[in-house]
Amino acid sequence: MTGLRYVYAVCRPLGAPLQAQLTGVAGAPVKQLPHQGLIAVVSEVPERDFAEEPLRAHLEDLDWLAATARAHQGVIDALTVVTTPLPLRLATVFRDDSAVRCMMQAKEEHFRSTLQRLEGRVEWGVKVYLETEPAEATAAAPPTGKAASGRDYLRRRRQQTRAHEDLWQRAEAFATQLHEKLSALAEDSRLHAPQTAVLSGAAGRNVLNAAYLVPRARSEEFVEVVDRTKDDAPGLRVELTGPWAAYSFVGELPGEEA
Amino acid sequence: MTVVERREIALVDLLDRLLAGGVVITGDVTLRIADVDLVRIDLNALISSVNAQVPSPFDIPASIPGAITPSTPRTEESP
Repeated sequence: MTGLRYVYAVCRPLGAPLQAQLTGVAGAPVKQLPHQGLIAVVSEVPERDFAEEPLRAHLEDLDWLAATARAHQGVIDALTVVTTPLPLRLATVFRDDSAVRCMMQAKEEHFRSTLQRLEGRVEWGVKVYLETEPAEATAAAPPTGKAASGRDYLRRRRQQTRAHEDLWQRAEAFATQLHEKLSALAEDSRLHAPQTAVLSGAAGRNVLNAAYLVPRARSEEFVEVVDRTKDDAPGLRVELTGPWAAYSFVGELPGEEA
Repeated sequence: MTVVERREIALVDLLDRLLAGGVVITGDVTLRIADVDLVRIDLNALISSVNAQVPSPFDIPASIPGAITPSTPRTEESP
């Protein structure tokens, strides 16, 4: 074995075997590495791609990043079917099996307490988009010719600005209310930075990008509440993603920097 | 359509979690993922990739200036 070890997750021993054909990043088979009652889920990755320098370069290559992220998520998804995994951040790489075991030894206590906290929970992502920009809509009416006077022009500008502010306030109020409602149903919540339209390719402006930690047993109810609210606000769009492994709720381990 | 309809996970949602979430452990490869600034990723590459790999349910690609269609070979340009 000459490759490095890519670690996807730490979990309790699986009650069921992993899918036989499960492959991870770089198409390598995924295996379980047991250590003192926990397992690390790992696969071998080539040093030429995952040593520090090549990895740094690769992470700035979006196609590579996308393929790696999807492979990582594929493994986490498969684990989520059979257990509650503690997902590690993308591209956590060790020299060999014994280095992985050393890490597990050192972090054992934290792994156990976090696994305990997350057991039977999943993460749901909820985003709210402002679909229309009223200023643009009204501005679409030809501004030339009609502005009979400077006063007319200023009045029109003022109306546009006000309409814009109204919509923003409404969006903000809706997002705040939704977040409060969902937080009450969830055990924990995190606000992610709003996504830029260029990155997401989604229409409209992202005004809320939140994650909620919800027990599996309460997920149906959670999804229903989200589903119901989406018709409450014209001009706003609510999107739900999940269930995810609890990526947003595993936090930092003591002694590790962000 | 319901909000729970399954579709391919958007890359940006994935990266929200894989780059900003997950347990942070310093491996033997001591790369701090926080050092990798997404802004440095070539914007055109990003847009072409979003269009090609993560078909949006909404019709936006045409409105993005400089968007590269999936059939066009990607060129490396600095932002």
